[in-house]
Amino acid sequence: MMGLLNRTVDWVDARLPVVNAFKKHMSEYYAPKNFNFMYYFGVFSIVVLVNQLLTGIWLTMFYSPTDAFDSVEYIMRDVQYGWLIRYMHAVGASMFFAVVYMHMFRGLMYGSYKPPRELVWIFGMLIYLALMAEGFLGYVLPWGNMSYWGAQVIVSLVGAVPYDIIPFIDAKEAKDIGEAIATWVRGDYLLSDATVNKFFALHVVLIPIVLLALVVLHILALHEVGSNNPDGVEIKKNKDENGIPVDGIPFHPYYTVKDLAGIIVFLAVFAVIVFFFPDGGGYFIERPNFEPANPLKTPDHIAPVWYYGPYYAMLRATTLDFIFDAKTWGLFAMGGAIAILFVVPWLDRHPVKSIRYKGWISKVAMVIFAIDFLVLGYLGTQPGSPLKTAIAQIGTLYYFAYFLVVLPFAHRFETSKPVPERVTMGGH
Amino acid sequence: MKRLAVILFCLPALAFAAGGYNEHVESAPINLKDRVSLQNGAKLFVNYCMGCHSLKYLRYERMADDLGIPHDMTMENLNFTSERIGDPMLNAMDPKLAEQWFGAAPPDLTLTARLRTSDWLYSYLINFYEDESRPYGYNNRVFPLVGMPHVMASLEKELGEEAFREEMADLTNFLTYAAEPMRLERERLGVYVLIFLFIMFWPAYFLKKEYWKDVH
Amino acid sequence: MSNDGVNTSRRTLLIGLTSGVGAVGAAALAVPFVKSWQPSARAKNAGAPVSVDISKLEPGQRVVREWRGQPVWVVRRTDTMLEGLKKVEGELRDPESAVDQQPEYARNSHRSIRPEMLVLIGTCTHLGCSPTYNPNPTVEVGLEYGGFYCPCHGSRFDFAGRVYSGVPAPTNMVVPPHSYMSDAVVIIGSEEGETSA
Repeated sequence: MMGLLNRTVDWVDARLPVVNAFKKHMSEYYAPKNFNFMYYFGVFSIVVLVNQLLTGIWLTMFYSPTDAFDSVEYIMRDVQYGWLIRYMHAVGASMFFAVVYMHMFRGLMYGSYKPPRELVWIFGMLIYLALMAEGFLGYVLPWGNMSYWGAQVIVSLVGAVPYDIIPFIDAKEAKDIGEAIATWVRGDYLLSDATVNKFFALHVVLIPIVLLALVVLHILALHEVGSNNPDGVEIKKNKDENGIPVDGIPFHPYYTVKDLAGIIVFLAVFAVIVFFFPDGGGYFIERPNFEPANPLKTPDHIAPVWYYGPYYAMLRATTLDFIFDAKTWGLFAMGGAIAILFVVPWLDRHPVKSIRYKGWISKVAMVIFAIDFLVLGYLGTQPGSPLKTAIAQIGTLYYFAYFLVVLPFAHRFETSKPVPERVTMGGH
Repeated sequence: MKRLAVILFCLPALAFAAGGYNEHVESAPINLKDRVSLQNGAKLFVNYCMGCHSLKYLRYERMADDLGIPHDMTMENLNFTSERIGDPMLNAMDPKLAEQWFGAAPPDLTLTARLRTSDWLYSYLINFYEDESRPYGYNNRVFPLVGMPHVMASLEKELGEEAFREEMADLTNFLTYAAEPMRLERERLGVYVLIFLFIMFWPAYFLKKEYWKDVH
Repeated sequence: MSNDGVNTSRRTLLIGLTSGVGAVGAAALAVPFVKSWQPSARAKNAGAPVSVDISKLEPGQRVVREWRGQPVWVVRRTDTMLEGLKKVEGELRDPESAVDQQPEYARNSHRSIRPEMLVLIGTCTHLGCSPTYNPNPTVEVGLEYGGFYCPCHGSRFDFAGRVYSGVPAPTNMVVPPHSYMSDAVVIIGSEEGETSA
């Protein structure tokens, strides 16, 4: 029996380097031995990705874009266990963002984007962008009233880009261009079946393919340069006589067994939400989405899903009328807030990688940044008020200041702790 | 561009369209395990609401099975609209005519408990009051100027306030069930899944511990 | 890192335990995905039993009802038709209904619960065309006592849906599960009612 198995593996390996690939990426991929809690979120996001693909494929078997709202209730009630598959997918969307935000913040904490890992970070950011597109398109598909009005706002945004900042285009032409693009996106003069059909194709085919390709690139790029760690120490600097990093351990079996235990805990959290709070208290499935799309009736309170909250808060917070009008600045703020993440590897000029050994300014600024992002996220999901707008304005300013002032200049005003030569275990 | 500005900045301010959440909204006593209450709610719905409102995503058969009502009794006493027990709970009202009569077509109520919450629904049902200025003589504290007449006015008079509240609690309970009929099954399954994950955690945890003895 | 004093058997045991429990979990997880492919409540309702009122059905008359996407024929046979069943037996491929094309309660000479009432799925067992109904003798298609004739490839059946020898159709026509809710109502697709005459 084992002989047959071994011969089969040999046969395949002679034609496809499976053994080599397993060694390169698993059993002889040396990961730092001092990963902490924050290092679970990468593998969690893979778990959620698999969940989304599997439940998503199954949902396409029952969903119908021309009969969208009814077909979702058909899944929830008539298809056997359809409710479970749908809840897993809807909750999975929110969980995806939750784990990806943690994963990104981990990168910020330990300087995982610093040389030589800039490309790893950039592929990660592209994944994040694709995920935002995927989340939006998926949110439209149930064609509830919040789907409709959410799509209305986003498509209007596409049409409202200030094309007149391009030379030789005046305001009138800019408006025409905006209208033309919005119509093209909708495929109709209003949001309709044509739009849902189009979004469905993008959601289930195009973006998932892009997403998967980016995930592969993200991991390939990572395995080329090796993982960072909470100490920000390059383990490849200290190798033994066989060329193996002394602070590295084979990913398999050490991290496969560790991740497995972590995944079970994560699945328990996931299950608690799916089975006991599937609409996430109205944050994962918003209440107005229990009513079919209605162009004549806006929901009482229209808000994006929580994971877009921070950017929506920035969009609304911008009231500056200078050279461009406030709304244009709002678009700049929102677009800039995402774009700025791409250049983080070049903005951070701190000589120290990990927050552990940076000075107190960096530490305090990072804690405030985390709070700021959460507060902005909350504000983005709430109805506006003058006080909230004022808080969102401060929050927006701080968000940019963190990237444009703290990351490039903090090291000039603080004394860092000495970075150890070797990684530390169980500290901090 | 102006339209966008309107959408972005004013919509949240328009937050109080018809049927908002005001101080009259109180907590509804929901108990999905109380079959007597659910059955009474189903009876009230069929007798008082179904003339105008449908439950188009709920099938008679499922309701009967979930609520413990025999099929033949369902067909005799609850199903006045279709021949088959597997059919959805529709009604015969023409939405166009209804719009003329009430100003807006009576909405389907399958998902209302999730759209507006059970608390809102319960409070709405018990907050009709006499108001001569309204076309049907009644107004509502939770949903001011509502187009719907107080269909259960005679029932309220007959039963008195306390008993009427109990009846409306049953009706709300039933509509909460209708909005998510799989809820009890979901919670039951959830317990099993969590127990399984709890069991599976331990071998995985000790496996990790065992391997990580190598790492110093 | 060191590999001294590794407790191999403990590792093997824990790997086995974890994989075993994991396999159980994977199997349980597969259940909803597999079950979702079963007919939904909507499909079940669409495929629900169909009741047919036969009180107004004249002798020799046929009604056609759709059940699960198939035409179901209900015929009240005349005495002449019933007599014809005996006369053609020598020309049939399976006069005793040996092949399992009917419920047990219709495995008899008239292939039905009540002798006069025929309930049949109206598709030819050759390639699924719907045969024509010839209540009277139609010699030009070879039905001396009348019966069903498939225009696609010329298969012939008697008034019990039994196939003649020497035609393309291999078996008798199918009798669907059915039963009598009362004298006047036959229900197709359900054996809830009476299944004996």
